[in-house]
Amino acid sequence: MGQQEIDAVTAVARRRIPAEGVIDDRTRLRTYECDGLAHYRVTPALVVVPEDAEQLGAVVAACAEHGVPYVARGSGTGLSGGALPHAEGVLVVTSRMREIREVRRADQRAVVEPGVINLDVTRAATPEGYYYAPDPSSQQICSIGGNVAENSGGAHCLKYGFTANHVAAADFVAPDGETVRLGSTAPDTPGYDLLGAVIGSEGTLGIVTTVEVKLTRLPEDVRTLLVGFGSTDQAGAATSAIIAAGIVPAAIEMMDALAIEAAEAATACGYPDGAGAVLVIELDGSAADVGAEFDDVEAMCREAGAFEIRVATDPTERALIWRGRKSAFAAVGRISPDYIVQDGVIPRTALPEVLTAIDELSRSSGVRVANVFHAGDGNLHPLVLFDDSVEGAGEAAEEVSGAILDLCISHGGSITGEHGVGMDKAKYMPRMYTDADLDTMQLVRCAFDPAGISNPGKLFPTPRLCGEVPGRHKGAHPLQAAGLAEVF
Amino acid sequence: MTSSARPEAPALDAAAREALGSACADVRDADPADHVDGVAPLVVARPGDTEQVAGTMRAAAAHGLRVVPRGAGTKSTWGLPPAGVDVLLDLGGLDEVVDHAAGDLIVQARAGTPLACVQETVAGERQRLTVDETVAGATIGGMLATNASGARRTAVGTARDLLIGVTMVRHDGVVAKAGGRVVKNVAGYDLGKLLIGSMGTLGVVVDATFRLHPLPAASRWVTARAADPAGALALAQAAVHSQVVPAAVEVGWAGGAGAVSVLLEGRESGVQGRVDELSAILGPLAGDVGVSEDAPAGGATYPWDPTARGDDRAVALKVTFGLSGLADVLGALAGTPAEVRGSAGSGVVYVALPSATGVDEVATVLTRLRRASAEHGGATTVVDAPAAVKDAVDVWGPVPAIALMRRVKDQFDPERRLAPGRFVGGI
Repeated sequence: MGQQEIDAVTAVARRRIPAEGVIDDRTRLRTYECDGLAHYRVTPALVVVPEDAEQLGAVVAACAEHGVPYVARGSGTGLSGGALPHAEGVLVVTSRMREIREVRRADQRAVVEPGVINLDVTRAATPEGYYYAPDPSSQQICSIGGNVAENSGGAHCLKYGFTANHVAAADFVAPDGETVRLGSTAPDTPGYDLLGAVIGSEGTLGIVTTVEVKLTRLPEDVRTLLVGFGSTDQAGAATSAIIAAGIVPAAIEMMDALAIEAAEAATACGYPDGAGAVLVIELDGSAADVGAEFDDVEAMCREAGAFEIRVATDPTERALIWRGRKSAFAAVGRISPDYIVQDGVIPRTALPEVLTAIDELSRSSGVRVANVFHAGDGNLHPLVLFDDSVEGAGEAAEEVSGAILDLCISHGGSITGEHGVGMDKAKYMPRMYTDADLDTMQLVRCAFDPAGISNPGKLFPTPRLCGEVPGRHKGAHPLQAAGLAEVF
Repeated sequence: MTSSARPEAPALDAAAREALGSACADVRDADPADHVDGVAPLVVARPGDTEQVAGTMRAAAAHGLRVVPRGAGTKSTWGLPPAGVDVLLDLGGLDEVVDHAAGDLIVQARAGTPLACVQETVAGERQRLTVDETVAGATIGGMLATNASGARRTAVGTARDLLIGVTMVRHDGVVAKAGGRVVKNVAGYDLGKLLIGSMGTLGVVVDATFRLHPLPAASRWVTARAADPAGALALAQAAVHSQVVPAAVEVGWAGGAGAVSVLLEGRESGVQGRVDELSAILGPLAGDVGVSEDAPAGGATYPWDPTARGDDRAVALKVTFGLSGLADVLGALAGTPAEVRGSAGSGVVYVALPSATGVDEVATVLTRLRRASAEHGGATTVVDAPAAVKDAVDVWGPVPAIALMRRVKDQFDPERRLAPGRFVGGI
């Protein structure tokens, strides 16, 4: 693969896409060199910004014809480098595909283009009494297409599930350039659940060009509590008590003292003074149930040692409570020049043990770690703080960050709960899965993308080539010999 | 990409039998009860653990044997009959709830475990796996292979939405897992999604982990009668657009009339309040509204006898649709002897046509239902039917993206060893 192939794809793009949507000027290309994980940077060979599915499909078809790799990108907010461009490939940006085509209340569905912003779906559905449940912290800027690629979650997935539970159908451009419909308005589409496989595949199986999402009825009542505890142990005990009582809150979020300090510095969210941990608990549902649950939750928090409980009674107060939590990642920038946002999962009951271990890691290494997490489902977001101007600090932080993932794996958890594997964590996949597991996942890749041109190099550590028998390497694969090896 | 045809094995040869015997402790001759929708296997292998399943699959691969996995066999006549079965892989020996981590709200069970056993185990901690048992005795593996679901899918979805980890044995005997033991996990492809509803054609599920929900303290069914399809739609729409958080919205229909029943679950005080609220909403639409602790007649079961296996069994159809399509689907059945039950709240109903229904009439009803469901973004499939009907109609109907599905099958089972011919497009 070389300039000749890129030129061929560029020529097709120029024919099909208006001039402003085809970018091959070096300076402008550089504005696309990273996603939300900014320390990986690669300048793509070409950026296309199609206006519709047809234009997008034409570019992918051209990539397929010429063996050129491509990477899809929505808003570029991903935190694992999943939309990191390929140096000899095309970056397909969906930000001009932003139409909400319909909101069908009677079917509880909305049909949107992939570049549509997550929160805009809720805004469009709210007048009908509905909303779109998955709510990643970046929901004001992240796109539905990106959410589909990452199977995005959010604070409320404890009760309502992830993107995979809220997407009914999609038009999908496969890596051979063909457009197919996956799923349907109705559930249980006959055949294999290919849509289920595509959601969360991080752009390695293809690109969605239309997404039909499920809408959720707005609850009759919502109550949000901000609870201050002396320690994370107390906050953890309260969480356990709530779950054991058979209550499924819409969200239970925890922040430790360092994370609270950062949030306070950045947003003046007014979290309780001197708290060793806070919980943000949200209950929703019918008014009668929420009222009863609220009383129980309040009692359980006090029992666990809560010293302050604040209740939001209107949307403004609720927004203030959430502001501290949802801005926590960026807020850490106020207390540390550099930081790594980690994303790991543990069984919820292992929380006290793992937090203690993280604390020990932090102490022994001298690297500060602020903890923000979805306590209800054990999804940790440790923020590993460092100062890159200090020699060796970055490496020390990386080491602590990696050790935290090992902790997650050794407790039967996962290396990522919602940020994805992307470029960043591909190397950790063999710690969580066996070669046989990874080989089997690779079968899916080979079915969808035998040439390996759709977001190559992400998600899997150096996968074997499609058609290759494991353990029997005989010389170079024809594609390798043809100079295409790096696309795998 | 197409697989080459494999030669027919007239009978299990001694070498193959020996290979199976050394891989699996329990191998016996098949008897009529082991037939898979009328197709006789040569032998039945009943492995006792994952390693024996893997060994059986390796032996099958080495000797070119076709394998159909079976749990309790409660849905073994669903779909198309297999093109052939050499080994019936009886997973009933993999019967164990491996782990119930109540504090983490998860349960792990082997594939042959009856769903009811899982429910019994987790109920000890006032929890449940929120999937209805639609046929008595159904196992975890069978539930996954067919994506069977009942009334409660309205609120939490099906097994598809609750499965968080799976271990499978591939066609070549390799054991692989995906997902894990935590609810939130986006590392790697979600193989569980592909396996669910795949009718055993991609791999043999040996172990599965699910997320659980608290067992509600109280539940009530609120039932309102509907005199015509439009009335049923109005009731179902009123229920789903209400804020009473229905756990299920069921419809029962026969002879041009029926009822919509809404299940409310939760704590006693909350449920009572919601019953009153919903009754006030449905009352003006229906006149009379009944409240009961018991499920409506039929409950979460199918409108046919799921134990019937003979040529006189009913024709069983599954019809899916966007929620607004309920009236058109019910309307398409006007003048037929069909009985309907299912989830108006999620757009999935089951239709039974009496066994006496002629093949031509079945074909006519099928055509009408396919038109109605397709207009509302859904599909109609033949779940089960006597052989004469399956031979005469398109059982699975049109399937978009079938070429991509074939490519998935070619990757996972290149020699078409697993349940060949049972699934869409002859997969």
